[in-house]
Amino acid sequence: MPEATIQVKHKVGLHARPAALFVQTASKFSSTIKVRNLTTNGKFVDAKSIIMVLTLGVMKDHEILIQTEGANAESALEALKSLIEGNFGET
Amino acid sequence: MTEKSFKGIPASDGIAIGPVFCYIPAELTVPVRATGSAEEELARFDAARERARVELQGLYDSIEKRAGKEEASIFVAHQEMLYDPALEGKIREFVEIGQTAEQALVNATDELADLLASVNDELFAARALDVKDVGRRVLRILLGLPDTALGAVAEPSIILAEDLTPSDTASLNPSLTLGFITAQGGLTSHSAILARTLGLPAIVGMGINLLDHVYNGAFIVMDGRSGEMILEPNQETITRCKQIKAQRESQLQILKSAALKDARTAEGRRVEVAANVGETASALNAIEYGAEGIGLLRTEFLYLEDTQPPSEEKQFRIYREIFEVMSGRPVIVRTLDIGGDKPPSYLPFPDELNPFLGWRAIRISLDEPELFKTQIRAILRAAIGHRARIMFPMVSDLDELRRARDVVEAVKRDLKSASVEFAADIPVGIMVETPAAAVLVDVLAEASDFFSLGTNDLTQYTLAVDRGNAKVAALFQPLHPAVLRLIRQTIEAGHAKGKWVGMCGELAGMTKAIPILLGFGLDEFSMNPRAIPEAKHLIGKLTDDKAREIASQAMSLGTAAEIEKYMKAVLAELD
Repeated sequence: MPEATIQVKHKVGLHARPAALFVQTASKFSSTIKVRNLTTNGKFVDAKSIIMVLTLGVMKDHEILIQTEGANAESALEALKSLIEGNFGET
Repeated sequence: MTEKSFKGIPASDGIAIGPVFCYIPAELTVPVRATGSAEEELARFDAARERARVELQGLYDSIEKRAGKEEASIFVAHQEMLYDPALEGKIREFVEIGQTAEQALVNATDELADLLASVNDELFAARALDVKDVGRRVLRILLGLPDTALGAVAEPSIILAEDLTPSDTASLNPSLTLGFITAQGGLTSHSAILARTLGLPAIVGMGINLLDHVYNGAFIVMDGRSGEMILEPNQETITRCKQIKAQRESQLQILKSAALKDARTAEGRRVEVAANVGETASALNAIEYGAEGIGLLRTEFLYLEDTQPPSEEKQFRIYREIFEVMSGRPVIVRTLDIGGDKPPSYLPFPDELNPFLGWRAIRISLDEPELFKTQIRAILRAAIGHRARIMFPMVSDLDELRRARDVVEAVKRDLKSASVEFAADIPVGIMVETPAAAVLVDVLAEASDFFSLGTNDLTQYTLAVDRGNAKVAALFQPLHPAVLRLIRQTIEAGHAKGKWVGMCGELAGMTKAIPILLGFGLDEFSMNPRAIPEAKHLIGKLTDDKAREIASQAMSLGTAAEIEKYMKAVLAELD
């Protein structure tokens, strides 16, 4: 199944607006999407749940692992990767 | 009845006098009742959830209108939580093992809130309250109770509560709210921020047993500037507070309207007027008084409050918080400026006969590279996206300045190789506070992007007067011709090299000095926030020609006493 390790560079981490955008993007896809915080060695959670994504406590410079499965798994992963790599649309 | 006084954290300026409305959120108890089928319970939850969504959208709209998108955004977050698949999944699980929709909701939100609260960062952990707030809303709807929250306030009151959730503050009717006081919360809590946006006086962090002392309808006065609340004030106190309130309001009205505009001379030339700040709270204060930036951010408070030096993360958080409070206005961060007069326990201070001529400021930073680098790293990281500058204190020659700049460059290289983001193009300058720096400005300009005059130390070092020594304190004369010559020389030499020259010493906020400094061509005046309105007012009355004339007249006089006398006459004439 497709997966990717990405470092979150945004200054607030996966919190507030970046967390909301991450979950909104994940929710656009019917694939199963899981994410975990590698830096804190946390468990996998549902990437479509804002509450669970917040429980990951992803701060600036933390690395996360995203796994996607099912229909459009590749494009879901691509969309989330480019959201994070593009620093959530902020410069 | 005797009056009782309480003190909390001042969170939003203003005085309020009136009756208390104690807000104690109703205990929502989950009734024991027969469970319907799992489908029926889930359908009840769905219907309540839809109602909650409509309520939240209504709150969003009303707060957006009153306070703006930013403040309202919390209710978008609440709607997202409301439809969270993890929450829904948990509720489904509980319903399927035979719980009612109410029980399932409470258990699910408690479980998720606990999970959030256990995250090892307070920013994340604080979101647990939002999950609970959302859960309470749906539960209330399931129980068929109306959204009373603070809607029960019937006459203008001061709201007292243990804590206020975003839902609570959103349902406040601003025309019936005189102010609010909470037992919990800090300066950056949601209710404190909203109070400042709405211009309501607020005190937070009063302590946990606040509600044991105060009852509904009790008469109180509160001062959001001092953080003081007086219960059952006597007539004298009430009259006094009313006077202070009227006085402050009229004074502030006049000055603030002028102070919130950029400072300009009579012919309209822009001059920067900024604030000297030593902590986050005073940054907020500075903006209220019309600061166009922070001309001096003292960082000593970070180093003196503990038995060990502040960590990079702690500094990063505090610098970032201050930059964010100043939202886009320039902030000059002065690196560590301590010495043997106030030594922190973790630095190896020798016994010094004369600590002001001893191991202090940049001299310590250069001798303790780890301490220095940690501070520079924190500033560089926090400055991303903000207009921050770094300023070194007590530099007295080019070698010192070059070595300090080398450290900044080394830190940048480290950050780069660790691929940590930082503000690469941050300007770096020095404080001119030794006579040596003042006479060397043209030389120092090679390595300094800007200059800021620190007149307190410049006066002390130039005149060889310790102003803490009562015997000679009268000789401490910032308007001494020698000091003024050094100031003029600094400004002229800096400008000749195309550099910006500001001033962050006390002199910058003294009305008797401002016309002279303006005449010298000073670019920025940084002062105690409370001095800003009057300084801007005075600058607005002067043309450049007039200021130059005053400056040259003052410089023709031979003693500080003569200059003082002359400036008194100048100010009287301007009034």
